[in-house]
Amino acid sequence: MFKEKKELSLGFYGPPNAGKTSLANRICKDWTGEEIGKVSKIPHETRNVQFKEKVEIDYKGKKLTFKVVDTPGIATKIDYEDFMKFKMNKKDAQRRAKEATQGVVEAIRWLDDMDAVIVVLDTTKNPYSQVNITIIGNLVARKIPVLVVGNKIDLRKADLKKVESAFPEYEVVGISARFGKNMEEFYESLFRLAKKA
Amino acid sequence: MAKKIKGLTIQFVPYTEIERLHSGDRIRKLLNLVLGNRIIILQGKLWPEEETRLIEDTMAMVGHVKNFKGIELATLNPNSNNLGLFGKMRHGLAKALGAQEAITIIGPASIVREMKRDPRKIEILMKK
Repeated sequence: MFKEKKELSLGFYGPPNAGKTSLANRICKDWTGEEIGKVSKIPHETRNVQFKEKVEIDYKGKKLTFKVVDTPGIATKIDYEDFMKFKMNKKDAQRRAKEATQGVVEAIRWLDDMDAVIVVLDTTKNPYSQVNITIIGNLVARKIPVLVVGNKIDLRKADLKKVESAFPEYEVVGISARFGKNMEEFYESLFRLAKKA
Repeated sequence: MAKKIKGLTIQFVPYTEIERLHSGDRIRKLLNLVLGNRIIILQGKLWPEEETRLIEDTMAMVGHVKNFKGIELATLNPNSNNLGLFGKMRHGLAKALGAQEAITIIGPASIVREMKRDPRKIEILMKK
């Protein structure tokens, strides 16, 4: 049974633009009425760790309180010229790149503070990228329970099966954070994840 | 006038070259090679904590080292599910020794546009 537990730190990790903030926003909006951060089509919109405390989820008679921690996307390269493709001027693009590099380091440093982590992946992208493997490898090494979320299943190119076969040892749940698709199954999985923490 | 041809160096780093190094020194050695515009083929793989350290150190250099935009990285592991009993034992031993059976490729993002990885192959897409 679910006992009264302390607030669990629930981290949202993954590559840039996978939908970490969109999912964190949906959860926070559902249960607190407020969003956690801004979303954008331009990668590295989240460049600082942002969190919301005391997010109480009351789902089908089960209650859990989380500290929702949304982290910047983890990347191995950041090129300011990529931001200029989104009509950003050079100075702003360079500033964004500098902040994004610092954000990656900050996200990694927060790993140790997590009780459980949701790894958010874009189901339209190749799940075998090394960043995904590195994030999950680090969570396993730190004995932090993991739930893999395949986001953007509303898109035509989405391939949830590929995500499932890339991570056969983990529970994978497919959702669309943008449209709130399959959130029921997500909350079921979230409660199973919290049990392991 | 003769057109200048650009070269590309691929350097093999045997496991014995990094096995005795501390994590910090391993990362430094690999990053120094990448900064020299080389693509490294490393025998073995880094531990997960070393991979994150490699990413952290890489991020610290982006914007501080001229023209350095980061790295592309991919590791291929032998699939233990496809091995027989002795293969699995050998695989287990290799894992204990630091997964020497794996191969890690690291390249500078200024040269390597993307490394596409799947369980059986790594495709390296170069910049024009």
